[in-house]
Amino acid sequence: MKKILTVDDSASMRAMVAFTLKAQGFDVTEAVHGQEGLDKATASTFDLIISDVNMPVMDGIEFITNVRKLEAYRFTPILMLTTESGLDKKQEGKSAGATGWIVKPFDPQKLVAVVNKVLK
Amino acid sequence: MSDPLERFKAVFFDESAEAIDAIERNLLNVDDASDMDSETINDIFRSAHSLKGGSATFGMGSLTEFTHVMETLLDKVRANELSLTQDILDCLFSSLDVLRNLVSHYQFEDEINESSMIEVRSELERLLDPSASSSAPAAAVASAAVPASAPAESATDGTHWRIEFAPDPQIMMTGNDPLRYIEELTDLGEIEVSCKTSGVPQFGTLEPTNIHLIWTVEVKSKEPIDEEALKDVFLWIEDEAEFTFTNLGGAAPAAVTPPAPVAEAPSGQTPVATPEVQPQTQATASPPATAQPEKKAPAQAQASKKRASQSIRVDLEKIDSLINLLGELVITQSMLSIYGDEEKYPQFERLSEGLSQLERHTRDLQEGVMRIRMLPIDFCFSRFPRMVRDLAKQLDKSIAVEIIGENTEVDKTVIEELNDPLVHLVRNCVDHGLETRDERIAAGKSETGTVTLKAFHQVGNIIIEISDDGAGLNTERIRKKAIENGVIKANSQLNDQSIHELIFAPGFSTADAVTDLSGRGVGMDVVKRNIRGLGGTIDVRSTEGEGTVFTIRLPLTLAILDGQLLKVGTETYIIPMLSIIESIQLKSADINKVGRRDVSFKWRGNFIPILNLAEVFDCPMEQDQLIESGLVVVVESDNKHCGILVSELTNHQQVVVKSLEANYDKVEGLSGATILGDGSVALIIDVGALITRVRMH
Repeated sequence: MKKILTVDDSASMRAMVAFTLKAQGFDVTEAVHGQEGLDKATASTFDLIISDVNMPVMDGIEFITNVRKLEAYRFTPILMLTTESGLDKKQEGKSAGATGWIVKPFDPQKLVAVVNKVLK
Repeated sequence: MSDPLERFKAVFFDESAEAIDAIERNLLNVDDASDMDSETINDIFRSAHSLKGGSATFGMGSLTEFTHVMETLLDKVRANELSLTQDILDCLFSSLDVLRNLVSHYQFEDEINESSMIEVRSELERLLDPSASSSAPAAAVASAAVPASAPAESATDGTHWRIEFAPDPQIMMTGNDPLRYIEELTDLGEIEVSCKTSGVPQFGTLEPTNIHLIWTVEVKSKEPIDEEALKDVFLWIEDEAEFTFTNLGGAAPAAVTPPAPVAEAPSGQTPVATPEVQPQTQATASPPATAQPEKKAPAQAQASKKRASQSIRVDLEKIDSLINLLGELVITQSMLSIYGDEEKYPQFERLSEGLSQLERHTRDLQEGVMRIRMLPIDFCFSRFPRMVRDLAKQLDKSIAVEIIGENTEVDKTVIEELNDPLVHLVRNCVDHGLETRDERIAAGKSETGTVTLKAFHQVGNIIIEISDDGAGLNTERIRKKAIENGVIKANSQLNDQSIHELIFAPGFSTADAVTDLSGRGVGMDVVKRNIRGLGGTIDVRSTEGEGTVFTIRLPLTLAILDGQLLKVGTETYIIPMLSIIESIQLKSADINKVGRRDVSFKWRGNFIPILNLAEVFDCPMEQDQLIESGLVVVVESDNKHCGILVSELTNHQQVVVKSLEANYDKVEGLSGATILGDGSVALIIDVGALITRVRMH
């Protein structure tokens, strides 16, 4: 079973992502901010990480930068889940090592399609 | 609970309430000082941002639209493009009200207050763009967000595209596999792929994780494919690869786009493809409203050291059923303890040991479960700084709010029920208690008055004090008013304290003019009734010229009661310990009678009524038996006393309160029932109601 880590400070957003992906048979772990995400990513191995950008404690950009530095996550797909359609955030995320992004609000089916695509 | 979306919505509503409260708290913190740290404004921004994201996800358009404007403004403040003026602060405060209204619209289908929403929104927009000239860069970005018009009307009879795709060698390092994108093109049509390997270095210098291949992909389809759709496929990596899209089929001339610049692409110049464009605010929104800020926040948000508190949300029903179950456990446990009585059953010594351990654990468990229902009183207190700020502005008074003991924990139900009475008391302090600036200065006080909310625990109770350092109650005016309203007689002799307590009398109001704030017909008597409904008491202490203190005393929880068990004949009753003053033994001669009825006795210098429980509740017993025993429990409610005749006092214990109303019917003079260790039911006496009743007779 593919393991996915979702990092978001919003409980409803986390619940949505987790629910959608669990229904597709993925093993989903949740973290409430970048630091917790980093701790969980270090403690275990995930096939895909989906991270929010704006978060307390450690934001998404810093989180992605840090995860990408971990040996185990050099090639792991990391998706940003963000409302920022502004190019600067995407650019920042990409430079930090993000694979791509999903724009909130997302359609659950689209999320599943994207996840399946990157996990193929 | 079946529809997951509804469930997520419920979580979102909780979240938005928290986010709005968080913004308010933060705004209140900035309120006094004009300087504001970037951490606070980042927090505020983040809360607004999550609101926007969540509301968009759940299709709450008006909320998304409104938060978007708010967010844009906050972002400018965050980026130091705008300074936080008093105007902006005021407008943000008003925005919170709009947000609350919008949330409740989606949550409870309340009406949207359109006029105030539009008003606040245009104010936000005005603040965003104080001078028209500064809108130029914003407009540029806004236009960039519009998808570039593609030669959409290209081919009608099938399409044929050639794509040259040269990924950056490092592309794998972002988790992107070029093949994934090539494969995705099959969704659009048939593909033919060829690969140029000439770029691959000598084996010795080859870095296996780097990509040195250049692909040429030909896509053919009977359906028309526009360039945007192709670009869409590569959207994530448009800056990590070079592309050439060549239209080989259809009537339209081949459209060749220059390869996307890799490194130096300044943000705002590469058009974003359609699907990634955020739902735009309505066409009426002014350009700055849709603009994204270009500057980055000053110094990346320092990771805040605050840890989000670890908590879960649980349906209250589940907790209540747990508490109920635990009540049953307590009962079973005390039933068992009867069999563990060593004197009766000496052979079960070890059983008795085990039982006493069980008792201890049950008690701990009970305490633990009860604590789940406990919330810090901050949930209730936190709204007051904002409320007082608004009221003070309205009344042109200068008022500070001090909160002490906001972490004191109280039962959730108590907190909810406490809200209205506290709002009323605080409004009273602000409206009647505290003087105007001039009056305060004239009285030699500081210009700023203080309202203090304080909570603390005291032997199984929670005490809440609402106080102000205002003028204090005007004894003479209260007295006059009470006489006018017929609350007391003109010749009544009352000390100051008794006069002050008249404000709790039904039908009493001292406000000379009914203002919008306090005197709206709901008097202090209602406050008192509410508090009493919670099994609590309220009293007032006031010193003229120095201020007023309202003290509320409440049980920690409504589900468990500290009770004194007593017998009337063979029946067991329970009186809440909180209402018992003392128990005394009277001689028959001490009791005054009218005819054969016991009426009163002298207690601490005053005559107080006496009540024969056997008579009140029709207990099957000889009337005289009680009088012979002469055992009287003196109880108090609302500063009124009464003696209750009982035949015997038994244990003092904590009992789990069961509602009579829910299980049977409301009975006057009783506040509930409980099940005792031996399985029998004991009724809990509503002391307040009994005293009122005996006073009426």
